[in-house]
Amino acid sequence: MIGFLTLFEKEFLRFWKVSFQTVAAPVLTALLYLLIFGHVLDEHVQVHGVRYTSFLVPGLVMMQVLQNAFANSSSSLIQAKITGSIVFVLLPPISYGAFFSAYVLAAMVRGLLVGVGVLLATLWFAELKLVAPLWAFTFAMLGGALFAALGVIAGIWSEKFDQLAAFQNFLIMPLTMLSGVFYSIHTLPAFWQGVSHYNPVFYMIDGFRYGFFGVSDVAPETSLLVVVACFAVVSLLTLNLLKRGWKLRA
Amino acid sequence: MTAAVAIDRVVKHYGSLQALGGVSLDIEAGEFFGLLGPNGAGKTTLISSLAGLIRPDSGTLKVMGHDVITDFREARRNLGVVPQELVFDPFFNVRETLRIQSGYFGIRKNDDWIDEILANLDLTSKANVNMRRLSGGMKRRVLVAQALVHKPPVIVLDEPTAGVDVELRQGLWQFIRRLNGEGHTIILTTHYLEEAEALCNRMALMKQGQVVALDTTANLMAAYPGASLEEVFVRTMQQQ
Repeated sequence: MIGFLTLFEKEFLRFWKVSFQTVAAPVLTALLYLLIFGHVLDEHVQVHGVRYTSFLVPGLVMMQVLQNAFANSSSSLIQAKITGSIVFVLLPPISYGAFFSAYVLAAMVRGLLVGVGVLLATLWFAELKLVAPLWAFTFAMLGGALFAALGVIAGIWSEKFDQLAAFQNFLIMPLTMLSGVFYSIHTLPAFWQGVSHYNPVFYMIDGFRYGFFGVSDVAPETSLLVVVACFAVVSLLTLNLLKRGWKLRA
Repeated sequence: MTAAVAIDRVVKHYGSLQALGGVSLDIEAGEFFGLLGPNGAGKTTLISSLAGLIRPDSGTLKVMGHDVITDFREARRNLGVVPQELVFDPFFNVRETLRIQSGYFGIRKNDDWIDEILANLDLTSKANVNMRRLSGGMKRRVLVAQALVHKPPVIVLDEPTAGVDVELRQGLWQFIRRLNGEGHTIILTTHYLEEAEALCNRMALMKQGQVVALDTTANLMAAYPGASLEEVFVRTMQQQ
């Protein structure tokens, strides 16, 4: 247990010591998205009966939770692998379960801190209600955990920074940007609506948004089921890779 | 009596390259043991297998009677490894680094021992300095300190004095000798053969993944009267 707590604490300090870069910067990015898109579309667009700026905020919050959770575990692992300092974690008697839990939990904390930061920063620009906070909290936690676990896989798999960048730019970024952060999928043509249903991030954003407005594109129970199933699959895969020492223990 | 380290018919291949070809070796508790050989002999592969960083194709390795695969927690608790590469985590200072490493081994509130290690390795004045700001020699000392935070009975030093100045080298060996005197088993790999000759009671010479000579330092030297360890090493390698 002390090994797990220490690894979690180390991972937390790793991003907290550079929080200007790891927390403040993503908050500013989200704020810029909100200011630009809100300014252009707020007068013209309503979604689910909600003004566009208000509609946009939960999507931006969730997008930053997911992207930062992924960035934390993946960047920590690839840095440790490339510099060789991963050996300090591999030599001690830390189980693969503790390794997984510590990296995922620390990444979730970073994602959630950024999410809260975005939420607080955008309160000045958008009217928000939180009609079902438990739903919002559940989706933020599960989404953060799922992307943190994906980050562990990406960090272990990547041997160079550009491999990680490819994972980030060609998988994570499209999945989040095309998930309904900026729009309701009901505004899409039927074909793309169908495609969106194969994107697990859509369910995270939609379920999270339900927590704020009490309306969503699909029932929150369905979204929860999809997200839990995805988290279970990715976690089991990650644990299996760690147990086998894949790309960590030759 | 259980050997501090028991290595039994360990084989490891990297593709078609045989890194270890059935190495067997016992190291008794309290020994100061040298593992010597040219580059590519398999020393680091053997040490990495012992530390659980590499999984051998076959054979078993035990530390204080604990199998490094099936009983890895106890095996790793009993082992401290100073890696060959000069690696460090740039986010932390020296004291933080050592506290974190203690925590990984399940030890909180380890500052008394950390202070003692820092003093013995002449690092006290650098305790609150970030790892990035240390010289190569200082970083090497921190690596030694990291291997000792959990007071392991078996300590492996993989070329610990590479790039280290003479003064520190003397201080380091004095400290390691003291640990050996207190009962810690020391396994040393080094290319400085005069160090090995002065420190090690027994040695294994490795070549191409095999142990080609295994004996006390005195017996190895006696085989070539009047020769230095370097000459003994060269002749042994040529014979094989």
